[in-house]
Amino acid sequence: MMLHSILFYVFAAIMFGAALGVILSRNPVHSVMFLVFTFFNAAILWLLAEAEFLAIVLVLVYVGAVMVLFLFVVMMLDVNVEAARRGLTRYAPLGIALALVMAIELINVIWLRSQGQDAITEFAVTPEGYSNTKALGSVLYTEHVYAFEIAAVILLLAIIAAITLTMRKRPGLKVQNIAKQVAVKAKDRVRVVKMDAEKRQ
Amino acid sequence: MIGLEHYLTVAAMLFVLSFVGIIINRKNLILLLMCIELMLLAVNTNFIAFSRFLGDDTGQVFVFFILTVAAAEAAIGLAILVVLFRNRRSIAVQELNTLKG
Repeated sequence: MMLHSILFYVFAAIMFGAALGVILSRNPVHSVMFLVFTFFNAAILWLLAEAEFLAIVLVLVYVGAVMVLFLFVVMMLDVNVEAARRGLTRYAPLGIALALVMAIELINVIWLRSQGQDAITEFAVTPEGYSNTKALGSVLYTEHVYAFEIAAVILLLAIIAAITLTMRKRPGLKVQNIAKQVAVKAKDRVRVVKMDAEKRQ
Repeated sequence: MIGLEHYLTVAAMLFVLSFVGIIINRKNLILLLMCIELMLLAVNTNFIAFSRFLGDDTGQVFVFFILTVAAAEAAIGLAILVVLFRNRRSIAVQELNTLKG
């Protein structure tokens, strides 16, 4: 239990460091890398909360797919880093003030509840042989099956939207007209010419 | 012992950090998208903490759906970003004032 607490604090601290790196680093590529690191540490925190399936999904889907997409776009776009960073310090005091107010409010709400009692509200102990994946599946495919199918439709929508948004028709591009190629007849292409042979000089 | 409050505090601090990121990085559209992803991560951590605390797996199913929608949002958002960059040669937020909003 002591080890559990130490792991939690260590990985939470690393996660905050990485999140600070995301919002403060000068280069957007570094920001994406820090974001990947943040997601890894968040996955470890989720593992410590015994949400194993979602932790693995976070690493596979987020780090494996979404972050790679981010990295791809960041590297493809030629972003002017220096111009983007100008004015960073102008808004910093406002940002820090708002953040402090928000943090105090949130943490106050969270810890106010446990003021009266000494003990921290611990998580329920999972029974022996509990499988997080199996438990999630048994809820997901029974109670939430409609939401699951809607999620599938949303993903399809995202694919179609992303492709139609980024596809462009360049002018002057040489393309084949498949219908014309298929419909062509032999007599359109070959012309047999009858002519007399030339006399030898 | 680590309990519900610890996870909620971590999530709240992460949320506030990403909020600061949105304020100080408001010129760079791609960093704004990244900060939104961080916010979603904080919210998901809250969901997982409450799911474990209440012993109800529905919270984790919600995280599953949030991940799905966030992936779709990231894909479409980045596609819009690419089209925007192709048309304007820049993704600076202060130049996006065509609508005079």
